[in-house]
Amino acid sequence: MTERVFPGDLHNPPPRTVAAPKTLFDVTEMELNFGPQHPSTHGVLRIVLKVDGEKIIEAIPDVGYLHRGTEKLFESETYPMAIPHTDRLDYVAAATNNHAYCLTVEKLLAVEVPRRAQLIRVILDELQRLSSHLVWLGTSGIDLGAVTPFWYCFREREQILDFFEEYCGARLTLNCMRIGGLPFDLTPSWAEKVSEFIDDFPSRVDDYETLLTDNRIWKKRTVGVGVISAEECVEWGLTGPIIRGSGLEWDLRRAQPYECYEELDFIVPTGKNGDTYDRYLVRVAEMRQSAKIVRQCLDRLEPGEIRGKVPRVIKPVAEEIYASVESPKGELGFYLVSNGTNKPYRLHVRPPSFINLQALPRLARGHLVSDLVALIGTIDIVLGEVDR
Amino acid sequence: MTPARADIVFTIAKILILVNLVPAVIGFVIVYAERRIMGFMQGRLGPNRVGPQGILQGLADLLKLVTKEDLTPTRAEKVSHFLGPVLSVIPALTALALIPFGAAIRVPGGYEVPLWVADINVGLLFLLGVTSIGVYGIILGGWASNNKFSLLGGLRSAAQLVSYEVPMGLAIVAVLMMSRSMSLVEIVRMQDRLHLWFIFPGLVSFFIYFVAGVAETNRNPFDLPEAESELVSGFNTEYSGIKFAFYFLGEYTAMIVVSSVAVTLFFGGWLAPFPHLLPFLGAVPGVVWFLGKVAVFLFGYIWFRSTFPRYRFDQLMNLGWKWLIPMALVNMMIVAGCLLADVSAGRGLRALGWVLTGIFVILLLLSKLRRRLTLAEAR
Repeated sequence: MTERVFPGDLHNPPPRTVAAPKTLFDVTEMELNFGPQHPSTHGVLRIVLKVDGEKIIEAIPDVGYLHRGTEKLFESETYPMAIPHTDRLDYVAAATNNHAYCLTVEKLLAVEVPRRAQLIRVILDELQRLSSHLVWLGTSGIDLGAVTPFWYCFREREQILDFFEEYCGARLTLNCMRIGGLPFDLTPSWAEKVSEFIDDFPSRVDDYETLLTDNRIWKKRTVGVGVISAEECVEWGLTGPIIRGSGLEWDLRRAQPYECYEELDFIVPTGKNGDTYDRYLVRVAEMRQSAKIVRQCLDRLEPGEIRGKVPRVIKPVAEEIYASVESPKGELGFYLVSNGTNKPYRLHVRPPSFINLQALPRLARGHLVSDLVALIGTIDIVLGEVDR
Repeated sequence: MTPARADIVFTIAKILILVNLVPAVIGFVIVYAERRIMGFMQGRLGPNRVGPQGILQGLADLLKLVTKEDLTPTRAEKVSHFLGPVLSVIPALTALALIPFGAAIRVPGGYEVPLWVADINVGLLFLLGVTSIGVYGIILGGWASNNKFSLLGGLRSAAQLVSYEVPMGLAIVAVLMMSRSMSLVEIVRMQDRLHLWFIFPGLVSFFIYFVAGVAETNRNPFDLPEAESELVSGFNTEYSGIKFAFYFLGEYTAMIVVSSVAVTLFFGGWLAPFPHLLPFLGAVPGVVWFLGKVAVFLFGYIWFRSTFPRYRFDQLMNLGWKWLIPMALVNMMIVAGCLLADVSAGRGLRALGWVLTGIFVILLLLSKLRRRLTLAEAR
């Protein structure tokens, strides 16, 4: 086991023990503020870098620039009113946020979700996973200087957002699930369009892979960068494509199946080396699997109810409960404490981005500044979720 | 007009046209073409609003840059901050004076005007010298801005540009031996005389020269000094307005210079291809051939930019010092051997050309095959 590094307290820095350099030539370290205004931090993340030339001695992420007090907001809203707030956590994957929250409240109320609603939820989740991974692939390509995949990815993402818009009227902050089911039923034409798109999707993934997978420079920039073992992933609490890239087959859709994932046929792709390249391969493979899952769900759709039996006023008994889903970034969980009123007493989010970001100092040490950009990309953070 | 006075008039006219007008016009064209072609490669339109099909976009950009406020950071080193863009653009323009754009043309009045400003007998040496001054523009700009990101950009460019001068020079030595002259005009004439473009015997030289040339001009995949996603534009972060436009012009002129030199050294300059097979191609003026060949190279630059990710700094240095320089040295020996075998008629060079072309084709096919296999495996 390697030594652990914890980010220091930036606002109360320890007194400097190093004597002030005598001349300009004594300086070997430079402090570099990477962000909060930087194109590659994917939002308002600030990283305080200590660099020796280009080599990173220490990288300390400073989060909180996008803090909106979401968890506190939950306490002043009734249970159904909290759903739109969850959209704003990981704003490139709102459907899975809605899902995780609804799942938690349903577990608390012991509500059964009808089968049609389960299937549609899975379809929405997987489409969301596709769009989230597409954003990841495009932006992390740009981080490493490959600009073209970005446009291809966003071409497909636009289509997916169009589907969401047609389903629920919103493109990003979807608010597309309700406690006990769904707000709307699917139209047959929607299912047809999605099915057409999904059948074509693997060929689009081939396009991205043609540009990147066997690209010598892409491999040079990603193979062996940010290696982390599966044991360390477990110790750090890393989830999602990161832990799978390190070779551990840990996917909540398989490990703790929710909705109808149990009956669906898909594989959980894993990597071997736990480096940035393997995480890339894992995410690309996941896109193909998601397309497969959507296909299966569309084939299984049958007419039926879309909302379970939920009381008009939701007033659960006092209890503490935790439920989680596999969001595109990892395990997204909600820890809910109810106190018998119509509002949660406390609702804590387990955000995968935030917890995965912790590993950045560990991953970045000894790499170059250019690799830091690759590492932020490979962790796949969304600052809305990191800061909440 | 006396011949001496005519000479002066023509020289000034040529300087105005070839050194000032041509890069400006090509610059406009290539900026537009770059954005437009990249647009099409990426499934979008690119600029299409200013003028028909957006062709006046370059003019609009220039107007914007010229009228913008020219900011200098308060803590910047004022003199160096000013010198940076100047030093980056002037050497690039000076280098253009040596490029033979075409054979001599006749003008009214019975004068023969060669389409180059200066034919110096140590042309190539002068060219290498002048272009390496351009490095200072970037280093100074990065250092004088008093910005840590710019400083890193400047440092990167210092290391990168200095190390890539070496393989570039070594690659050119092979051409020097083939042409037995350092004058760019003489090199083209030699290719005409031998009926052999130096690309065939100099395939390896060309490869090294072009890779180093792309690195020298800070373009993808070697655009580390600016690397917008890492260093937020690096050395030019603190530049705006006309100074930024100068860096921009410097970069694009350097691209034109590298492409022109590549065409002159390896692709027969203004010569028409296949003089025996297709003699009618010779009817097209040489300058058209020259510009056409340069355009192909500039397209290559754009193509690279939309295809490749960026190298990392240490990998870039590895490539330069551990691969390109040894390759260039070995190549020099081989070319020298072939020249010894047959000095006058270039038969040794021809044989080398066939061998290299054969190897190239085989490698190309093998890499295609390998790529297909790995991609199939990944799916």
